[in-house]
Amino acid sequence: MEQSWKQAKAVFAAALGPPLVWLALFFLAPLAIVWAYSFGHNDGLTEIAISGTFGNYARAIEPLYLKIFLKSAWVAALTTGLCLAVGFPVALAITFASDKAKTWLLLLIMLPFWTNLLIRTYALIAVLRTEGYVNQGFEWLWNLASVFAPLGDFQPLQLLHNNFAVILGLVYVHLPFMVLPLYSALDRLDKSLLEASLDLGAGHLRTLFKVVVPLALPGIASGILITFIPALGAYLTPDLLGGPDSQMIANVIERQFKRANDWPFGAAMSFVLMYLTFIAIAIQALLAKKTPEARG
Amino acid sequence: MSKRSAPGPLEYLRRWQMQAWLAAVAIFLYAPLVALMAFSFNDSRRNIVWKGFTLKYYDKLFNDSALLEAFGNSLTIAAVSTVLSLFLGAAAALVLWRFRFPGKTALDGALALPIVVPEICMGVAMLVFFARVMPWPQGLPWPLNLGAIIIAHVSFSFPFVAVVVRARMASFNREMEEAARDLGAGEFRTIKDVILPHMAPSLVAGALLAFTLSLDDFVITFFTAGPDTVTFPVKVYSMVRFSVTPEVNAASTVLIVLTVLLTAAALKLQGDPAATAGHGAGDAK
Repeated sequence: MEQSWKQAKAVFAAALGPPLVWLALFFLAPLAIVWAYSFGHNDGLTEIAISGTFGNYARAIEPLYLKIFLKSAWVAALTTGLCLAVGFPVALAITFASDKAKTWLLLLIMLPFWTNLLIRTYALIAVLRTEGYVNQGFEWLWNLASVFAPLGDFQPLQLLHNNFAVILGLVYVHLPFMVLPLYSALDRLDKSLLEASLDLGAGHLRTLFKVVVPLALPGIASGILITFIPALGAYLTPDLLGGPDSQMIANVIERQFKRANDWPFGAAMSFVLMYLTFIAIAIQALLAKKTPEARG
Repeated sequence: MSKRSAPGPLEYLRRWQMQAWLAAVAIFLYAPLVALMAFSFNDSRRNIVWKGFTLKYYDKLFNDSALLEAFGNSLTIAAVSTVLSLFLGAAAALVLWRFRFPGKTALDGALALPIVVPEICMGVAMLVFFARVMPWPQGLPWPLNLGAIIIAHVSFSFPFVAVVVRARMASFNREMEEAARDLGAGEFRTIKDVILPHMAPSLVAGALLAFTLSLDDFVITFFTAGPDTVTFPVKVYSMVRFSVTPEVNAASTVLIVLTVLLTAAALKLQGDPAATAGHGAGDAK
């Protein structure tokens, strides 16, 4: 039974004090300041006057920026969908693997997840650039084919600095985020239900869509959420792999703070991104509540 | 075609389609990293053709004072922020596990915030905070000049430690604490001799998690770092923007090996990797 705080006031205060003060001073206060700035405007070069204006938010939904929000949401959704399509069979295979294989497969998925994000993005640059491994491989094949038929000079493919590279990079980075929650949901399934479905004559695909997916829905929802949120706020991937037309919200926010020096507008943009994140979490929480029998 | 036995209905792993899919995913995940590591040993600047084994880029790396300084900064920041996160995270977990108090739900929610808030938002919040409210003095001697980055790292690490420690405390038998008190141990003694030993494995796991989170972080550091406080990821970022070079490959390889060793240690200490998979996902940043 939990103790009332009044029974041991000294211990309670000593343990609560440091984390509470830290959280308030070095996390909540900075966010509160950004929130306050989002209702302000630049007053001179360095001063920001907090005037209670909604102008920054109005600017954030102007067509130019609204397009970037929609594009970011679309890119994040596409990334999430691809991760689900690629990751679901992987999670299924891990679930039904033997204990020993399970350990290794989980390690296989988790190891890149622990590797530095910047390094993984850099590794992709080396693969995709015009002198990268993919293009050099194609060139070699091209030259080999040219021996038999004149094909002309090899033109390297433009694989980097476009939307394709951004999506590929986001899927590459976020795949483990999807596989791990899917696996923990599938692992809790009652396997005899699947056997029953197969015994009663349903095929594997039918069993998958009529039995496995409905039962694993909460896990699928949390996998989608865990992938969608960081993909929506991704900064590094579009920055390094994207071209001029692949800017996402985070890149716009960074520009306001580091280059354009329009902090109030950048603050408003970050809070729109935060609200979008909270909405996504709320939707997932509502969905999880609706299907309580499938949990646990 | 001879088969020893047909795969059972649920032995998906024994079907060739599934094996092909897994192999493709593994290649997708690992080929870029393996290529990156392999070409750090290639004796050629431009070419991706193998020209022979060399360690010269590692030699260059260990003579590059700017890169070494950034690496040292990263390790220092990670070490200090791990110690602070461990203390704050364990204290928070203890309070939430042990006490009933008004505002508990609010504290619980506030502690989850640093885990869910997008990195970029936290990054700009730190930028604004250290630019306007609490300017970190310039030109302090090392390692005090790293203070701002350390504070930012603790802010996003300690809630993760709290999650891990709290999960561990759920398995604590509260009667043990009562027994200790019945036998005359004071509050402090009970915590030190009864609660802390139970907490210990989660403290190790939390420490490794905090260390890796700090070592890996780029976005928040990028917004907090001043011109004279460069960390390893920030340094690699500026090199990557410039071009793809074997030096960056070598530097990345060092960091990959370090992370893999730390992860292996964490998994070994925690035992079953399957048990960590669940919270690995929950901890996703």
